[in-house]
Amino acid sequence: MFDLTQEKIKEFATVANEIRQTIIEALVEAGSGHTAGPLGMADIFTALFFHILKQDPKNPAWPERDRLVLSNGHICPVLYATMAHAGYLSVDEYKKTLRKFGSKFQGHPHREFLPALETSSGPLGSGLSQAVGMALADRIDNGKSSSRFIYCLMSDGELDAGNSWEGAMLAGKEKLQNLIAIIDRNNIQIDGFTENIMPLEPLRAKWEAWNWHVLEIDGHNFEEIVGAVNQAKAIFEKPSVIIAHTIPGKGVAEFERKYEWHGKPPKKEEAEMALKELRTLGGKIKSEHE
Amino acid sequence: MLNQQAKLNPKIFDADVEMVPIRNGYGEGLVIAALADRQVVALCADLTESTRTEGFAKKYPERFIEIGVAEQNLATVGSGMAAMGKIPFITSYAMFSPGRNWEQIRTTICYNNRPVKIAGSHAGISVGPDGGTHQAIEDIAISRVIPNMVVISPCDAIEAKKVTIEAAQNGKPTYIRLVREKTPIMTTEETPFEIGKSQVFWDGEGAEIGIIATGALLHKALVSAKELNEEGIKVKVMNLATIKPLDEEGIAEFAKSVKGIVTVEEHQIRGGMGSAVAECLAKHEPKRIEFIGVDDKFGQSGKPDELIEHYGMGVGHIKEAVRKIL
Repeated sequence: MFDLTQEKIKEFATVANEIRQTIIEALVEAGSGHTAGPLGMADIFTALFFHILKQDPKNPAWPERDRLVLSNGHICPVLYATMAHAGYLSVDEYKKTLRKFGSKFQGHPHREFLPALETSSGPLGSGLSQAVGMALADRIDNGKSSSRFIYCLMSDGELDAGNSWEGAMLAGKEKLQNLIAIIDRNNIQIDGFTENIMPLEPLRAKWEAWNWHVLEIDGHNFEEIVGAVNQAKAIFEKPSVIIAHTIPGKGVAEFERKYEWHGKPPKKEEAEMALKELRTLGGKIKSEHE
Repeated sequence: MLNQQAKLNPKIFDADVEMVPIRNGYGEGLVIAALADRQVVALCADLTESTRTEGFAKKYPERFIEIGVAEQNLATVGSGMAAMGKIPFITSYAMFSPGRNWEQIRTTICYNNRPVKIAGSHAGISVGPDGGTHQAIEDIAISRVIPNMVVISPCDAIEAKKVTIEAAQNGKPTYIRLVREKTPIMTTEETPFEIGKSQVFWDGEGAEIGIIATGALLHKALVSAKELNEEGIKVKVMNLATIKPLDEEGIAEFAKSVKGIVTVEEHQIRGGMGSAVAECLAKHEPKRIEFIGVDDKFGQSGKPDELIEHYGMGVGHIKEAVRKIL
């Protein structure tokens, strides 16, 4: 049922691993920024930019492209790294200039500096509504048979913000079948675990109550990611939300599941450890050069 | 005397001058703008009739989005539609938009430089009986401080119509300030209008004081000028509809030959149009300035004229401010 071969999946795993390395390298050079979210979302970004999105990295303004809104702008290290690996931008420039003066790669995404972005973001809770606006505009222009999809990537923590739910309500009312939201359900936010800070459960029921089609997946399983998006595309009378269960800090054991890694970068020695772990696939291969 | 070039309403000082709510001009302009450009869309936050978005919604239902009571959503959905090439007019009361949704306007509209038009109706203290919660008298300050934003406060319904039609094509985030109450028609269809250009409406030869007004209070400024003239005091009056980008050249030129300036607006003194004029004149043509506006207070319920008088924005107050500088 999935249009993914085992070979493709292996290829994605390799790309995601490279993206994670690029994220670590950029963060340590930047000296500030977020670590856990970007590492946790590397698999979903890989699936989107290397398989799912209708796009042209050589022509970012291609009018027919799908749209991708990153609502939780603070995980932009993974957006930048993935766009760079996908051919939109220079990987090297990204690694050297993230969060630096005059850089395309601002601390939170700013499309004046990086026009290939669909929007600027940072203040939480506003991305879904922008994606809703894009989906509404697409419907006005192309009707319900439009083959374009609008993707919105959101964090679980930002669902504390009321603006998110205002957008969810409108999307449900308008039955925006061309809208697919993906929630990074990693259970952490700055002050701690989401269910301690502001409980979101029952999360599925909340979205269902606003008339969304809800899918839940393992956000590190490429077959499930692609399968869920395919299923979402087949739902005609509702917007879809994919609750992607992810492990914050995924790929580096020391960073995994710890909310302390939400908003800080690795130090030099931590980065070296992380890169070694990623390059040896967590000890599965002996040397970085194997 | 009235500037002949401005082709103003000949009945401007008559007791039976036409009275029309400024928001009506917005509603008419929106339909004309939509006819001229199919990318124009309108969004409203459960105030379709009172913001005069109704005419558009009836004529172009496929381009109208009812958002419900959710002004943060209003701004962000508008931004998303603009990202796809639409020219969204988002409408609510000024207190809620750009009041409640200021950060969404800053980040998703202005930081992104999206051509969303924010129409804030029921601005000013003249909303009257609704009371202080609904009287937006900080909106000019909070909108003009955001980079990329254009801020326009039309003086009557005819000017509001021209503003709306022109704003649809200016390619910029734009705040249009609208008023609920019926106010005098001062301009005509023939009165020239251009976003960013100030206009002298009362040209007193040898004027000693210049009055700069924005919005419907311009009428009180003109009445003050006429009365002062009859009392032997020569002033001139400028209509400053566009508060940002400010017509710095026009304002400096206007101030050059006078002793001082009186600014008149239905807004907090701090941060409003008068502040913008002061910033300009301090740089180009330093003059003494008296500020007519609300002096660091919240409003309350009352009849519009009663409130205008109570908070110091009546004809008497304007004339007194002129005399103070003389």
